Amino acid sequence: MTTALSVSKIAKQLGKKFPEAVIESGADSLLLKAESLLAVAEYLNTAPDLAFDYLNHVTATDYYDYFEVVYYLVSMKHNHGLVLKVRCYDRENPTLPSVVSLWRGADFQEREIYDLLGISFEGHPNLRRIVLWEGFEGHPLRKEFL
Amino acid sequence: MEIEEVYSRQEIDEAEGRQINELIARSQTPIPDPDEWLDEKLKRNVLLTSVDAILNWGRRSSMWPVFCFPACCAFELITTAASRFDISRFGMEIIRASPRQADLMITAGTLTWKMAPQVKRIYDQMAEPKWVIAMGACAISGGIFRSSYSVVPGYNRIIPVDVYLPGCPPRPEALLYAISMIHKKVARRSLIQEGK
Repeated sequence: MTTALSVSKIAKQLGKKFPEAVIESGADSLLLKAESLLAVAEYLNTAPDLAFDYLNHVTATDYYDYFEVVYYLVSMKHNHGLVLKVRCYDRENPTLPSVVSLWRGADFQEREIYDLLGISFEGHPNLRRIVLWEGFEGHPLRKEFL
Repeated sequence: MEIEEVYSRQEIDEAEGRQINELIARSQTPIPDPDEWLDEKLKRNVLLTSVDAILNWGRRSSMWPVFCFPACCAFELITTAASRFDISRFGMEIIRASPRQADLMITAGTLTWKMAPQVKRIYDQMAEPKWVIAMGACAISGGIFRSSYSVVPGYNRIIPVDVYLPGCPPRPEALLYAISMIHKKVARRSLIQEGK
């Protein structure tokens, strides 16, 4: 079974390399700054003792004040896992960096988040609607959608 | 990047979106149920009545359904087709993958607007005469998803429906009953109605 890594340990390790990146290290997840997401993700992907080579899935939630995007990472090599969270406070034009360049599996899921919540991912090679059709008005998983 | 080649082009997506939006705009009211079979018998003459009887017997004794299984009612349909309930008793054990060889569409499941143009296309490809069973709550009215932004509120927005079969999902016995209702309807069909 995949073991969940100790979040506080990783937060310490990240704090040395990216002093500003970690906002909060919760019981089971790491809340990151949106600007440093890509750099941290690349480090988690490439560092030999972490080696998160597999993105289990990406999802997002609307909490009225902000959108929270959640990344479930797994390392096939070391058989351990980690949960990353990023918040997006801009409701009009929410933007986050895309992690498709690191994990190809994020492709369709970032498109789904873009489709249903309207968060655009910068650097995504093909950011278009995936579930709904082109020309659909609005983003249905937003709380204000009726 | 080489992966761009596997993506569909923006224009294809936009064309699909336009097609769906036009279909939604066209389908705001339900299509009336076919009722010409309720005509009084006075219109029929003796010769046609006996020809009708043979033709209709042939038609209802081997109705071939077409694939239209967008959701979970499909499993009841599959059960009905399998050995325990066995729709081959009605001569309809062959479920056709091609709509051009089918007479009956059993709409087993929730239909989304994105799928609706395909279902309409399959229906249009079926040869006349053709019949439709709206199977399950979603097929009748959209069911619990009726107020959803993406679900068609009843197949009769898209295609004319002959028999409505309630249930969520209907049991195989109920589907067999609906099929026998279709048979009764076919038995009352007259040659005079052909071409209408």
